[in-house]
Amino acid sequence: MAWDRNQMAARAAQELEDGMYVNLGIGIPTLVANYVGDKDITLQSENGMLGMGPFPYEGEEDADLINAGKQTITELNRTAYFDSATSFGMIRGGKIAAAILGAMEVAENGDLANWMIPGKLVKGMGGAMDLVAGVGRVIVVMDHANKHGESKVLKECTLPLTGKGVVDRIITDLGVLDVVEGGLRIVECAEGVTEEELRAATQATIV
Amino acid sequence: MKKVYGSAAEALDGVLADGMLIASGGFGLCGIPELLLQAIKENGAKNLTFASNNAGVDDFGIGILLQTKQVKKMISSYVGENAEFMRQYLSGELELEFNPQGTLAERMRAGGCGIPGFYTKTGVGTVIAEGKEVKSFNGEDYILEEGIVADLSIVKAWKADETGNLIFRKTARNFNPPAAMCGKVCVAEVEEIVPKGSLDPDMIHLPGIYVHRIIQGDHEKRIEQRTTRKREEA
Repeated sequence: MAWDRNQMAARAAQELEDGMYVNLGIGIPTLVANYVGDKDITLQSENGMLGMGPFPYEGEEDADLINAGKQTITELNRTAYFDSATSFGMIRGGKIAAAILGAMEVAENGDLANWMIPGKLVKGMGGAMDLVAGVGRVIVVMDHANKHGESKVLKECTLPLTGKGVVDRIITDLGVLDVVEGGLRIVECAEGVTEEELRAATQATIV
Repeated sequence: MKKVYGSAAEALDGVLADGMLIASGGFGLCGIPELLLQAIKENGAKNLTFASNNAGVDDFGIGILLQTKQVKKMISSYVGENAEFMRQYLSGELELEFNPQGTLAERMRAGGCGIPGFYTKTGVGTVIAEGKEVKSFNGEDYILEEGIVADLSIVKAWKADETGNLIFRKTARNFNPPAAMCGKVCVAEVEEIVPKGSLDPDMIHLPGIYVHRIIQGDHEKRIEQRTTRKREEA
């Protein structure tokens, strides 16, 4: 047994504290918003918005109101809009407390790769490089292994990097690991996963 | 000086030429200067370089200028969603310079503010840093990025007054202010031009000093990904 997508998102939501300004990436990270409960969290969308609301009701879509994934969304009673330079000013300036992002590979030194596979279609890094370089805390949420069953938690990334030494915490279907001096430290195992299983599934050094 | 023009074609007359570097506002299809892009297509100007976060889709936004092969190079952060772009890029017909999104926005803002370069930690230790000066501040490495000064800026706003003061709407603001600021000449298209004095001066998002020509027109404002939720039953 291991965590499913929603359980991973719920675990990631525990990382968020009352009052935080947070940026959520596309995929499982987007689901984190469903699990923040009563915590007062303000979501940033890097195309120029703080206080991102849920999807609109059918018929209420507004072409001028989208998130960074280009999906139609809504505003809240706390929302503020701003331009892209200001948006990345607050990201680069460390004003955003945390970013929760997906990844293709993570390494034991905190290196992150999530934007490019050489030889495959390259779409671009968007705002990912700015986010991982700038925000207070980078939390990666991803499957522990790729579809061939190989560990994505590595000694060294093989893909081009999004950021060097930027990851603080890794949440996978198998558990939670922190990037520490000398490698990764197991914080917890997913329900039904033993520490031995987590170690065996991880290529990175566990200290 | 009269800033209001009758059409996108008139507003581009004398300020658009082959080989120009054009900064364009917009994020995805949101807040793009769709009327000016259409007019550039009809004008036929070639060998253009666009600094624009995205490249539109096949039949909308900058995509329409890719179809006519008017674009030589893109400076962008994300170019998915465009098959013709990929075809031209992979065949070597189109140059592409990836910039991290915040770096691109700041390059435009800096260019418009008379700042030729700035140091950022975005991209340190990645391919983006290759060939760029690295400088350490307080023990942390930063790379040098250069400001962009465009020959022409094209932007979309919600409202303008006759003097070029602009107000944007919701997330359609995005790259429009920095793109406008970095142009030697900026042409803005808006949904409504209102008389002087009818915009609250405290609510102006971009002062008219950055805006040289304005047109009003009807916008399609296409939605790229329509996502909705169900109404809860009462």
